[in-house]
Amino acid sequence: MTGNKKELAVAALKNGTVIDHIPSEALFAAVRILGIENMGKSVTIGNNLHSNRLGTKGIIKVADTEFEQCVLDRIAIIAPTAVVNIIRDYSVVEKRPVTLPDTLTGIVRCPNPKCISNNEPMASRFEVVDRNDVDLCCHYCGHHVAGGEAASLL
Amino acid sequence: MKTQSLVSIDDITKEEMLQLLERARYFEANPNSKLLDGKVVATLFFEPSTRTRLSFETAVNRLGGRVIGFSDASTSSTSKGETLKDTIKMVSNYADLIVMRHFLEGAARYASEITDIPIVNAGDGANQHPSQTMLDLYSILKTQGRLDNLTITMVGDLKYGRTVHSLLMALRFFKPVFNFVSSKELAMPAEYLEVCRREGIEFHEYRDFSQEVIDSSDIIYMTRVQRERFSDVMEYEKVKNLYTLHNAMLATSKPNLKILHPLPRVNEINIDVDDNPKAYYFEQARNGVFARQAIITKALGLQIPPK
Ligand SMILES: [Zn+2]
Repeated sequence: MTGNKKELAVAALKNGTVIDHIPSEALFAAVRILGIENMGKSVTIGNNLHSNRLGTKGIIKVADTEFEQCVLDRIAIIAPTAVVNIIRDYSVVEKRPVTLPDTLTGIVRCPNPKCISNNEPMASRFEVVDRNDVDLCCHYCGHHVAGGEAASLL
Repeated sequence: MKTQSLVSIDDITKEEMLQLLERARYFEANPNSKLLDGKVVATLFFEPSTRTRLSFETAVNRLGGRVIGFSDASTSSTSKGETLKDTIKMVSNYADLIVMRHFLEGAARYASEITDIPIVNAGDGANQHPSQTMLDLYSILKTQGRLDNLTITMVGDLKYGRTVHSLLMALRFFKPVFNFVSSKELAMPAEYLEVCRREGIEFHEYRDFSQEVIDSSDIIYMTRVQRERFSDVMEYEKVKNLYTLHNAMLATSKPNLKILHPLPRVNEINIDVDDNPKAYYFEQARNGVFARQAIITKALGLQIPPK
Protein backbone atom coordinates (compact mmCIF):
# COMPACT_ATOMS: atom_id res chain seq x y z
CA MET A 1 0.00 0.00 0.00
CA THR A 2 1.60 3.20 -1.15
CA GLY A 3 -0.70 5.48 0.82
CA ASN A 4 0.18 3.71 4.03
CA LYS A 5 2.18 6.49 5.64
CA LYS A 6 -0.43 9.08 4.96
CA GLU A 7 -3.21 6.92 6.26
CA LEU A 8 -1.28 6.32 9.42
CA ALA A 9 -0.89 10.03 9.99
CA VAL A 10 -4.60 10.57 9.57
CA ALA A 11 -5.59 7.47 11.49
CA ALA A 12 -3.72 8.66 14.56
CA LEU A 13 -6.78 10.75 15.33
CA LYS A 14 -9.75 9.00 16.91
CA ASN A 15 -12.31 11.76 16.31
CA GLY A 16 -11.83 15.16 14.82
CA THR A 17 -10.84 17.09 11.70
CA VAL A 18 -7.79 16.87 9.47
CA ILE A 19 -7.20 19.69 7.04
CA ASP A 20 -4.75 18.52 4.42
CA HIS A 21 -3.15 19.96 1.27
CA ILE A 22 -2.67 23.46 2.63
CA PRO A 23 0.08 25.30 0.71
CA SER A 24 3.04 25.62 3.09
CA GLU A 25 3.12 29.41 2.94
CA ALA A 26 -0.57 29.57 3.92
CA LEU A 27 -0.43 27.19 6.87
CA PHE A 28 -0.05 29.64 9.71
CA ALA A 29 -2.55 32.04 8.24
CA ALA A 30 -5.01 29.13 8.04
CA VAL A 31 -4.34 28.34 11.71
CA ARG A 32 -5.14 31.94 12.55
CA ILE A 33 -8.30 32.13 10.42
CA LEU A 34 -9.68 28.98 12.02
CA GLY A 35 -9.02 30.36 15.49
CA ILE A 36 -7.03 27.28 16.44
CA GLU A 37 -4.69 29.21 18.72
CA ASN A 38 -7.47 29.60 21.25
CA MET A 39 -8.73 26.03 21.21
CA GLY A 40 -8.18 23.73 24.17
CA LYS A 41 -8.28 20.51 22.13
CA SER A 42 -5.20 18.60 21.11
CA VAL A 43 -3.82 20.09 17.90
CA THR A 44 -1.10 18.79 15.61
CA ILE A 45 0.36 21.04 12.96
CA GLY A 46 2.78 19.86 10.31
CA ASN A 47 4.46 21.94 7.65
CA ASN A 48 6.78 21.57 4.66
CA LEU A 49 5.67 17.97 4.21
CA HIS A 50 6.16 16.39 0.82
CA SER A 51 3.27 16.79 -1.61
CA ASN A 52 3.09 15.59 -5.18
CA ARG A 53 0.51 18.22 -6.00
CA LEU A 54 1.90 21.24 -4.17
CA GLY A 55 5.60 20.49 -3.73
CA THR A 56 5.34 21.04 -0.01
CA LYS A 57 2.21 21.24 2.07
CA GLY A 58 0.96 21.86 5.54
CA ILE A 59 -1.55 19.84 7.57
CA ILE A 60 -3.67 20.65 10.61
CA LYS A 61 -5.23 18.02 12.86
CA VAL A 62 -7.65 18.99 15.57
CA ALA A 63 -8.98 16.31 17.92
CA ASP A 64 -12.63 16.07 18.98
CA THR A 65 -13.69 19.02 16.84
CA GLU A 66 -15.81 19.33 13.74
CA PHE A 67 -15.82 22.81 12.27
CA GLU A 68 -18.81 24.35 10.58
CA GLN A 69 -18.30 24.38 6.81
CA CYS A 70 -18.73 28.16 6.68
CA VAL A 71 -15.75 28.47 9.04
CA LEU A 72 -13.64 26.06 6.99
CA ASP A 73 -14.55 27.84 3.77
CA ARG A 74 -12.82 30.98 5.01
CA ILE A 75 -9.41 29.42 4.42
CA ALA A 76 -10.23 29.09 0.72
CA ILE A 77 -8.93 32.67 0.27
CA ILE A 78 -5.37 31.50 0.96
CA ALA A 79 -5.61 27.71 0.64
CA PRO A 80 -8.08 26.84 -2.12
CA THR A 81 -6.42 23.42 -2.48
CA ALA A 82 -7.17 22.38 1.12
CA VAL A 83 -9.10 19.17 1.72
CA VAL A 84 -11.08 18.59 4.89
CA ASN A 85 -11.27 15.07 6.37
CA ILE A 86 -13.81 14.33 9.06
CA ILE A 87 -12.58 11.55 11.30
CA ARG A 88 -14.90 9.42 13.41
CA ASP A 89 -13.66 6.36 15.25
CA TYR A 90 -10.31 6.33 13.42
CA SER A 91 -11.74 6.42 9.93
CA VAL A 92 -12.35 9.16 7.39
CA VAL A 93 -16.12 9.43 7.13
CA GLU A 94 -16.13 12.48 4.88
CA LYS A 95 -13.71 14.27 2.57
CA ARG A 96 -14.60 17.64 1.14
CA PRO A 97 -12.99 20.66 -0.50
CA VAL A 98 -13.19 24.25 0.72
CA THR A 99 -14.96 26.81 -1.44
CA LEU A 100 -14.89 30.57 -1.17
CA PRO A 101 -18.27 31.86 0.09
CA ASP A 102 -20.16 34.71 -1.61
CA THR A 103 -19.19 37.15 1.14
CA LEU A 104 -16.35 37.27 3.65
CA THR A 105 -17.23 39.02 6.88
CA GLY A 106 -14.59 40.02 9.39
CA ILE A 107 -11.74 38.11 7.74
CA VAL A 108 -9.94 40.33 5.23
CA ARG A 109 -9.00 43.86 6.23
CA CYS A 110 -9.70 46.53 3.59
CA PRO A 111 -6.42 48.02 2.29
CA ASN A 112 -8.04 51.44 1.84
CA PRO A 113 -7.16 53.54 4.93
CA LYS A 114 -10.10 55.86 4.14
CA CYS A 115 -12.58 52.98 4.21
CA ILE A 116 -15.22 53.21 6.93
CA SER A 117 -14.44 49.59 7.91
CA ASN A 118 -10.97 50.68 9.07
CA ASN A 119 -12.30 53.58 11.11
CA GLU A 120 -15.28 52.17 13.02
CA PRO A 121 -15.51 49.28 15.46
CA MET A 122 -17.18 47.06 12.83
CA ALA A 123 -16.54 43.94 10.78
CA SER A 124 -15.07 44.26 7.31
CA ARG A 125 -17.09 42.77 4.49
CA PHE A 126 -16.00 41.67 1.04
CA GLU A 127 -18.05 40.32 -1.84
CA VAL A 128 -16.36 37.55 -3.79
CA VAL A 129 -16.46 38.76 -7.39
CA ASP A 130 -14.40 35.95 -8.88
CA ARG A 131 -13.83 32.64 -7.13
CA ASN A 132 -11.23 31.10 -9.44
CA ASP A 133 -9.07 34.11 -10.17
CA VAL A 134 -9.67 35.35 -6.62
CA ASP A 135 -11.09 38.89 -6.75
CA LEU A 136 -12.71 40.44 -3.69
CA CYS A 137 -14.57 43.76 -3.58
CA CYS A 138 -15.03 45.78 -0.39
CA HIS A 139 -18.75 46.04 0.31
CA TYR A 140 -18.24 49.52 1.76
CA CYS A 141 -15.68 51.41 -0.34
CA GLY A 142 -15.56 49.28 -3.50
CA HIS A 143 -11.82 48.65 -3.24
CA HIS A 144 -10.70 45.46 -5.02
CA VAL A 145 -8.36 42.90 -3.47
CA ALA A 146 -6.72 40.12 -5.48
CA GLY A 147 -6.03 36.66 -4.06
CA GLY A 148 -2.29 37.23 -3.64
CA GLU A 149 -2.88 40.45 -1.73
CA ALA A 150 -5.51 38.93 0.57
CA ALA A 151 -3.01 36.85 2.55
CA SER A 152 -1.31 39.99 3.86
CA LEU A 153 -4.67 41.48 4.91
CA LEU A 154 -5.90 38.71 7.17
CA MET B 1 -45.17 52.65 2.70
CA LYS B 2 -41.82 51.48 1.37
CA THR B 3 -38.76 53.49 2.36
CA GLN B 4 -35.44 53.16 0.67
CA SER B 5 -31.91 54.47 1.10
CA LEU B 6 -29.94 55.89 -1.81
CA VAL B 7 -26.28 55.08 -1.22
CA SER B 8 -24.89 54.51 -4.71
CA ILE B 9 -26.18 55.13 -8.22
CA ASP B 10 -25.07 51.57 -9.00
CA ASP B 11 -27.77 50.25 -6.64
CA ILE B 12 -30.70 51.51 -8.68
CA THR B 13 -32.18 50.12 -11.84
CA LYS B 14 -32.81 51.95 -15.08
CA GLU B 15 -36.54 52.04 -14.23
CA GLU B 16 -35.88 53.59 -10.82
CA MET B 17 -33.60 56.14 -12.47
CA LEU B 18 -36.33 57.07 -14.94
CA GLN B 19 -38.86 57.33 -12.09
CA LEU B 20 -36.55 59.70 -10.23
CA LEU B 21 -36.16 61.83 -13.36
CA GLU B 22 -39.93 61.88 -13.77
CA ARG B 23 -40.23 63.09 -10.17
CA ALA B 24 -37.59 65.76 -10.76
CA ARG B 25 -39.63 67.00 -13.70
CA TYR B 26 -42.71 67.12 -11.45
CA PHE B 27 -40.85 69.16 -8.83
CA GLU B 28 -39.52 71.59 -11.38
CA ALA B 29 -43.15 72.30 -12.32
CA ASN B 30 -44.31 72.18 -8.66
CA PRO B 31 -41.35 73.25 -6.54
CA ASN B 32 -43.30 74.25 -3.42
CA SER B 33 -45.56 71.91 -1.51
CA LYS B 34 -46.40 70.53 1.92
CA LEU B 35 -45.44 66.96 1.06
CA LEU B 36 -43.01 66.80 3.99
CA ASP B 37 -45.34 68.54 6.42
CA GLY B 38 -44.59 67.17 9.89
CA LYS B 39 -41.42 65.43 8.73
CA VAL B 40 -37.91 66.07 10.00
CA VAL B 41 -34.86 65.56 7.77
CA ALA B 42 -31.39 65.46 9.32
CA THR B 43 -28.49 66.77 7.28
CA LEU B 44 -25.32 65.36 8.83
CA PHE B 45 -22.24 66.87 7.20
CA PHE B 46 -19.22 65.21 8.79
CA GLU B 47 -17.27 66.99 6.06
CA PRO B 48 -18.30 70.50 5.12
CA SER B 49 -19.88 71.08 1.70
CA THR B 50 -21.91 74.24 1.68
CA ARG B 51 -23.08 73.81 -1.91
CA THR B 52 -24.50 70.32 -1.46
CA ARG B 53 -25.95 71.04 1.98
CA LEU B 54 -27.78 74.16 0.83
CA SER B 55 -29.19 72.28 -2.14
CA PHE B 56 -30.55 69.47 0.07
CA GLU B 57 -31.87 71.88 2.68
CA THR B 58 -33.58 73.96 0.00
CA ALA B 59 -35.19 70.78 -1.32
CA VAL B 60 -36.54 69.91 2.15
CA ASN B 61 -37.73 73.44 2.86
CA ARG B 62 -39.56 73.68 -0.46
CA LEU B 63 -41.32 70.42 0.43
CA GLY B 64 -42.47 71.89 3.75
CA GLY B 65 -40.21 69.71 5.92
CA ARG B 66 -37.99 70.70 8.83
CA VAL B 67 -34.21 70.36 8.93
CA ILE B 68 -31.93 69.46 11.83
CA GLY B 69 -28.24 68.61 11.69
CA PHE B 70 -24.72 69.96 11.55
CA SER B 71 -22.55 71.35 8.80
CA ASP B 72 -19.14 70.44 10.12
CA ALA B 73 -17.97 67.47 12.21
CA SER B 74 -15.90 69.74 14.46
CA THR B 75 -19.13 71.13 15.92
CA SER B 76 -20.68 67.69 16.41
CA SER B 77 -20.14 64.93 18.94
CA THR B 78 -17.91 63.16 16.41
CA SER B 79 -15.14 65.49 17.51
CA LYS B 80 -15.55 64.02 21.00
CA GLY B 81 -14.81 60.58 19.59
CA GLU B 82 -18.35 59.32 19.12
CA THR B 83 -18.59 56.54 16.55
CA LEU B 84 -20.58 56.99 13.37
CA LYS B 85 -22.86 54.21 14.55
CA ASP B 86 -23.76 56.03 17.75
CA THR B 87 -24.40 59.31 15.91
CA ILE B 88 -26.65 57.60 13.37
CA LYS B 89 -28.54 55.68 16.10
CA MET B 90 -29.09 58.87 18.07
CA VAL B 91 -30.27 60.94 15.10
CA SER B 92 -32.53 58.09 13.94
CA ASN B 93 -34.62 58.74 17.04
CA TYR B 94 -35.32 62.29 15.90
CA ALA B 95 -35.50 62.30 12.11
CA ASP B 96 -37.50 60.59 9.36
CA LEU B 97 -34.59 60.60 6.93
CA ILE B 98 -30.85 61.27 7.11
CA VAL B 99 -28.87 63.07 4.41
CA MET B 100 -25.21 62.52 5.14
CA ARG B 101 -21.84 63.50 3.79
CA HIS B 102 -18.72 61.89 5.20
CA PHE B 103 -15.00 61.96 4.45
CA LEU B 104 -14.74 58.17 4.81
CA GLU B 105 -15.62 55.87 1.92
CA GLY B 106 -18.49 53.49 2.59
CA ALA B 107 -19.80 55.57 5.52
CA ALA B 108 -23.29 55.94 4.01
CA ARG B 109 -23.51 52.21 3.18
CA TYR B 110 -22.62 51.36 6.76
CA ALA B 111 -25.09 53.91 8.13
CA SER B 112 -27.87 52.41 5.99
CA GLU B 113 -27.18 49.03 7.60
CA ILE B 114 -27.51 50.20 11.19
CA THR B 115 -30.72 52.24 11.02
CA ASP B 116 -34.28 51.66 9.84
CA ILE B 117 -34.74 55.16 8.47
CA PRO B 118 -33.59 55.90 4.91
CA ILE B 119 -30.10 57.26 4.32
CA VAL B 120 -29.36 59.53 1.37
CA ASN B 121 -25.68 59.65 0.54
CA ALA B 122 -24.53 63.21 -0.13
CA GLY B 123 -20.97 62.07 -0.81
CA ASP B 124 -18.66 59.60 0.95
CA GLY B 125 -15.02 60.49 0.34
CA ALA B 126 -13.95 59.69 -3.20
CA ASN B 127 -16.62 57.02 -3.46
CA GLN B 128 -20.22 57.94 -4.35
CA HIS B 129 -22.38 61.03 -4.75
CA PRO B 130 -25.62 59.78 -6.32
CA SER B 131 -27.61 63.03 -6.10
CA GLN B 132 -24.95 64.71 -8.26
CA THR B 133 -25.42 61.97 -10.85
CA MET B 134 -29.20 62.38 -10.79
CA LEU B 135 -28.94 66.12 -11.33
CA ASP B 136 -26.46 65.52 -14.17
CA LEU B 137 -28.86 63.05 -15.78
CA TYR B 138 -31.76 65.41 -15.32
CA SER B 139 -29.77 68.23 -16.90
CA ILE B 140 -28.95 66.04 -19.90
CA LEU B 141 -32.54 64.88 -20.27
CA LYS B 142 -33.88 68.40 -19.97
CA THR B 143 -31.52 69.96 -22.50
CA GLN B 144 -31.49 67.13 -25.04
CA GLY B 145 -35.05 65.86 -24.66
CA ARG B 146 -33.71 62.32 -24.33
CA LEU B 147 -30.96 60.24 -22.73
CA ASP B 148 -30.53 57.69 -25.53
CA ASN B 149 -27.87 57.78 -28.24
CA LEU B 150 -26.03 60.92 -27.16
CA THR B 151 -22.36 61.70 -27.67
CA ILE B 152 -20.98 62.60 -24.26
CA THR B 153 -17.49 64.06 -23.98
CA MET B 154 -15.83 63.97 -20.56
CA VAL B 155 -12.83 66.26 -20.10
CA GLY B 156 -10.14 66.79 -17.46
CA ASP B 157 -9.63 64.54 -14.46
CA LEU B 158 -11.20 61.24 -15.48
CA LYS B 159 -9.12 59.20 -13.06
CA TYR B 160 -10.16 60.60 -9.68
CA GLY B 161 -13.35 62.38 -10.71
CA ARG B 162 -16.10 60.37 -9.05
CA THR B 163 -18.79 62.39 -10.82
CA VAL B 164 -17.67 61.21 -14.26
CA HIS B 165 -17.43 57.60 -13.06
CA SER B 166 -20.95 57.65 -11.65
CA LEU B 167 -22.30 59.41 -14.71
CA LEU B 168 -20.69 56.80 -16.94
CA MET B 169 -22.28 54.03 -14.87
CA ALA B 170 -25.71 55.69 -15.05
CA LEU B 171 -25.48 56.36 -18.80
CA ARG B 172 -24.53 52.78 -19.58
CA PHE B 173 -28.26 52.08 -19.85
CA PHE B 174 -28.74 54.62 -22.64
CA LYS B 175 -26.47 53.61 -25.54
CA PRO B 176 -24.13 56.63 -25.40
CA VAL B 177 -20.96 57.30 -27.37
CA PHE B 178 -18.25 58.45 -24.95
CA ASN B 179 -15.24 60.62 -25.70
CA PHE B 180 -12.71 60.60 -22.85
CA VAL B 181 -10.37 63.59 -23.10
CA SER B 182 -7.54 63.74 -20.56
CA SER B 183 -3.81 63.55 -20.00
CA LYS B 184 -2.31 60.10 -19.69
CA GLU B 185 -1.94 60.53 -15.91
CA LEU B 186 -5.64 61.29 -15.43
CA ALA B 187 -7.13 58.85 -17.95
CA MET B 188 -10.36 56.94 -17.34
CA PRO B 189 -9.52 53.90 -15.16
CA ALA B 190 -9.39 50.49 -16.85
CA GLU B 191 -12.35 49.14 -14.85
CA TYR B 192 -14.67 51.74 -16.44
CA LEU B 193 -13.33 51.09 -19.94
CA GLU B 194 -14.07 47.45 -19.19
CA VAL B 195 -17.67 48.34 -18.28
CA CYS B 196 -18.02 50.06 -21.68
CA ARG B 197 -16.63 47.04 -23.52
CA ARG B 198 -18.87 44.67 -21.59
CA GLU B 199 -21.96 46.79 -22.28
CA GLY B 200 -21.05 47.27 -25.95
CA ILE B 201 -20.65 51.05 -25.53
CA GLU B 202 -18.60 52.91 -28.14
CA PHE B 203 -15.83 55.00 -26.59
CA HIS B 204 -12.76 56.91 -27.72
CA GLU B 205 -9.82 58.14 -25.69
CA TYR B 206 -8.12 61.41 -26.66
CA ARG B 207 -5.13 63.31 -25.31
CA ASP B 208 -6.11 66.42 -27.30
CA PHE B 209 -9.22 68.47 -26.67
CA SER B 210 -9.67 68.90 -30.42
CA GLN B 211 -12.19 70.78 -32.51
CA GLU B 212 -13.33 67.52 -34.03
CA VAL B 213 -14.22 66.08 -30.61
CA ILE B 214 -16.01 69.28 -29.56
CA ASP B 215 -18.02 69.42 -32.79
CA SER B 216 -19.20 65.83 -32.43
CA SER B 217 -20.51 66.31 -28.87
CA ASP B 218 -24.06 66.69 -27.57
CA ILE B 219 -22.77 67.13 -24.01
CA ILE B 220 -19.34 68.26 -22.85
CA TYR B 221 -18.81 67.41 -19.19
CA MET B 222 -15.88 69.44 -17.84
CA THR B 223 -14.04 68.60 -14.59
CA ARG B 224 -11.33 70.24 -12.50
CA VAL B 225 -7.74 69.20 -12.99
CA GLN B 226 -6.20 69.53 -9.55
CA ARG B 227 -2.51 70.06 -8.97
CA GLU B 228 -2.40 67.61 -6.05
CA ARG B 229 -3.40 64.77 -8.36
CA PHE B 230 -0.05 64.93 -10.13
CA SER B 231 3.01 63.11 -8.88
CA ASP B 232 5.07 65.32 -11.18
CA VAL B 233 4.57 69.10 -10.93
CA MET B 234 6.11 69.60 -14.39
CA GLU B 235 3.47 67.34 -15.83
CA TYR B 236 0.74 69.44 -14.22
CA GLU B 237 2.19 72.66 -15.62
CA LYS B 238 2.26 71.02 -19.04
CA VAL B 239 -1.37 69.85 -19.08
CA LYS B 240 -3.21 72.41 -16.92
CA ASN B 241 -4.16 74.62 -19.85
CA LEU B 242 -4.65 71.87 -22.42
CA TYR B 243 -8.10 71.07 -21.09
CA THR B 244 -9.52 74.57 -20.76
CA LEU B 245 -12.62 75.45 -22.74
CA HIS B 246 -12.77 78.88 -24.43
CA ASN B 247 -15.77 80.40 -26.14
CA ALA B 248 -14.01 80.47 -29.53
CA MET B 249 -13.77 76.69 -29.44
CA LEU B 250 -17.57 76.44 -29.56
CA ALA B 251 -18.05 78.33 -32.85
CA THR B 252 -18.75 75.25 -34.98
CA SER B 253 -20.25 73.03 -32.28
CA LYS B 254 -23.67 71.39 -32.55
CA PRO B 255 -26.63 73.71 -31.84
CA ASN B 256 -27.93 71.37 -29.13
CA LEU B 257 -24.56 71.17 -27.34
CA LYS B 258 -24.58 71.95 -23.62
CA ILE B 259 -21.55 72.40 -21.36
CA LEU B 260 -21.87 70.81 -17.92
CA HIS B 261 -19.56 71.06 -14.91
CA PRO B 262 -20.16 69.83 -11.33
CA LEU B 263 -18.77 73.13 -9.94
CA PRO B 264 -16.86 74.75 -8.41
CA ARG B 265 -14.68 75.45 -11.43
CA VAL B 266 -11.18 76.86 -11.33
CA ASN B 267 -9.91 77.73 -14.79
CA GLU B 268 -11.08 74.80 -16.90
CA ILE B 269 -13.96 76.84 -18.32
CA ASN B 270 -12.94 80.35 -19.31
CA ILE B 271 -15.43 82.98 -18.12
CA ASP B 272 -16.00 84.02 -21.76
CA VAL B 273 -18.04 80.79 -22.10
CA ASP B 274 -20.50 81.89 -19.38
CA ASP B 275 -22.59 84.08 -21.69
CA ASN B 276 -22.81 81.47 -24.42
CA PRO B 277 -26.30 79.87 -24.37
CA LYS B 278 -24.51 76.50 -24.55
CA ALA B 279 -23.09 77.06 -21.06
CA TYR B 280 -25.40 75.16 -18.75
CA TYR B 281 -23.43 74.72 -15.49
CA PHE B 282 -25.34 77.30 -13.46
CA GLU B 283 -28.77 75.92 -14.41
CA GLN B 284 -27.33 72.47 -13.82
CA ALA B 285 -26.81 73.39 -10.16
CA ARG B 286 -30.40 74.66 -9.97
CA ASN B 287 -31.63 71.29 -11.23
CA GLY B 288 -29.95 69.83 -8.15
CA VAL B 289 -32.82 70.98 -5.95
CA PHE B 290 -35.42 69.18 -8.11
CA ALA B 291 -33.31 66.04 -8.30
CA ARG B 292 -32.94 66.07 -4.51
CA GLN B 293 -36.66 66.64 -3.97
CA ALA B 294 -37.16 63.57 -6.14
CA ILE B 295 -34.65 61.50 -4.16
CA ILE B 296 -36.00 62.53 -0.75
CA THR B 297 -39.66 61.85 -1.57
CA LYS B 298 -38.82 58.51 -3.16
CA ALA B 299 -36.68 57.51 -0.15
CA LEU B 300 -39.65 58.27 2.10
CA GLY B 301 -41.99 56.24 -0.09
CA LEU B 302 -44.19 59.23 -0.98
CA GLN B 303 -46.31 59.04 -4.10
CA ILE B 304 -45.66 61.62 -6.81
CA PRO B 305 -47.84 63.22 -8.02
CA PRO B 306 -49.63 63.06 -4.68
CA LYS B 307 -53.16 61.58 -4.69
ZN1 LIG C 1 -13.14 49.21 2.00
